[in-house]
Amino acid sequence: MEPILTINNLTKKFGYLTAVKDLSFTINKGNVYGILGPNGSGKSTTLGIVLNVVNKTQGDFHWFDGNTSTHDALKQVGAIIERPNFYPYMTAEQNLKLVCRIKGVDQSKIDEKLAVVGLLDRKDHKFRTFSLGMKQRLAIASALLNDPEILILDEPTNGLDPQGIHQIRQIIKDIAANGTTILLASHLLDEVEKVCSHVVVLRKGEKLYAGRVDEMISSHGFFELKAEKHDELIGLLELHSNIGKVKVEGELITAFLNEPMSASEFNKLMFDKGILLSHLVKRKESLEEQFLQLTDNQ
Amino acid sequence: MLRLIKIEFQKLWLNKVSVVLIFISFILPFTVLILSSIKINFFGFFTLELGELGIFNFPIIWHITTFFASYFKFFFAIVVVSMIGNEYSNKTLKQNLIDGLSKKEFVLSKFYTIVFFSLCATLLIGIATFVIGMYYSSYTEATIIFREVEFLLAYFVKLVGFFSLCLFFGMLVKRSAFALAFLVVLYILEWIIFWAAIYISGTVEMAFKVKGFLPLESMYNLINQPIQRIVMTKFPEKTDIIYDYAVHWYEIAIVLGWTALFVFLSYQLLKKRDL
Repeated sequence: MEPILTINNLTKKFGYLTAVKDLSFTINKGNVYGILGPNGSGKSTTLGIVLNVVNKTQGDFHWFDGNTSTHDALKQVGAIIERPNFYPYMTAEQNLKLVCRIKGVDQSKIDEKLAVVGLLDRKDHKFRTFSLGMKQRLAIASALLNDPEILILDEPTNGLDPQGIHQIRQIIKDIAANGTTILLASHLLDEVEKVCSHVVVLRKGEKLYAGRVDEMISSHGFFELKAEKHDELIGLLELHSNIGKVKVEGELITAFLNEPMSASEFNKLMFDKGILLSHLVKRKESLEEQFLQLTDNQ
Repeated sequence: MLRLIKIEFQKLWLNKVSVVLIFISFILPFTVLILSSIKINFFGFFTLELGELGIFNFPIIWHITTFFASYFKFFFAIVVVSMIGNEYSNKTLKQNLIDGLSKKEFVLSKFYTIVFFSLCATLLIGIATFVIGMYYSSYTEATIIFREVEFLLAYFVKLVGFFSLCLFFGMLVKRSAFALAFLVVLYILEWIIFWAAIYISGTVEMAFKVKGFLPLESMYNLINQPIQRIVMTKFPEKTDIIYDYAVHWYEIAIVLGWTALFVFLSYQLLKKRDL
């Protein structure tokens, strides 16, 4: 796989505070990555370092094959950091023209990209008249101007209303569907779960996990069960070797698996034991549950 | 280089305030120059014609116009500090870097713009002075006309030096108003150093030499004492008071040294900073 960004043992200290501690990971072409972590876990700092706006304390990183300087590499990258930053006195189109000049790309794509984010009819309006959602969409248009190899988004839906969040997510999904590599930093887990295939989990500047979303914790999933013979079922579950922890919340029984086991296999087993299940669902932990499990364990 | 100037020009031209200030800094010295060159009749009581004082004679006119025109540099100084201050307050500096402008290119784009505007201002003043001089001057031989044309060079160096100082202050404090206040602080500081030098060395002469190495004073020294010179042309017999008004190579060297230092420090500041 073709690497786009490689980070080796990166460390950033702000005085006594260590914002990023010995962080290493690689971003490969074609995947959608999420950087997860609570507020203050070093997500934005890490992105700031690779985007040339924050100085690293130790370690190194390189873009692509390592032969391009960071600022040249950034011309092939599209990035949005926290808030959209543009010149308030320029119109949407003028702002994008400036970005074209900085990136050294042709200005012919401005209309096309404004259409992608649905701002074509507002292109001659000044940036300061835009709502936050429109500003954020303009930022995405600006990041797409050079048809980037990778799109970096830092909390792209922060502070937006539900419609704005929905619009931004839809745009991100469309872009991902075109095969663009995306790196999405967020503390909103359902957001990451919906679009990402890989995650890097950070806590207090340290990497807890990097890899595929579905391999984040070694788990075989769990059953959610309901039955008339409630107590009998619990008794059986506790004796069964494949079942680990059993959690009871009122009617609902949650049984965690130690060994892989299919739902039909389990159903048959219960039927043979004379227990009729009124409710059987096999699930894997949601990203949120996995994340909390991972951050609590250490 | 052209790309960097284009980027900076777009930022300036689309900002109404900076356009107005740029026009003022170009048009105002022009207007003053032209107004002062015409004959003004005060309701028939008396006529004021500065041309008759001989200040529009070659070669002294080069000295006079560059000296007075350089006071209008403050308007463009506001533009310089605000073009840094705005980048910080709009956070567009961060965005520029993310979009692929290097920190070096950022500082250079500002510096090139400064050099470009200084060049324009110098050319305009040069042309205006030449035209007015040709109209009023008693002497129009080529050797006399171009004898003190080095004041134009001094004017250019002075502008570049002063705006580089503003660039550095803008980078240092990130806010336009504070950066301008720093200019006043520096002015006071130079006088304090001057008084300290008197106290230490004991002579005023020595103290002026020390002050001559400081940024604002060294810029002033490039084009200085035109009034004394006019007075002297009226009383040629008073040769015992000797004023040194000429443009010396070392005066230019000092200002160029400061310019290089300010631009370098601006870059270093930006490089060290986390945005």
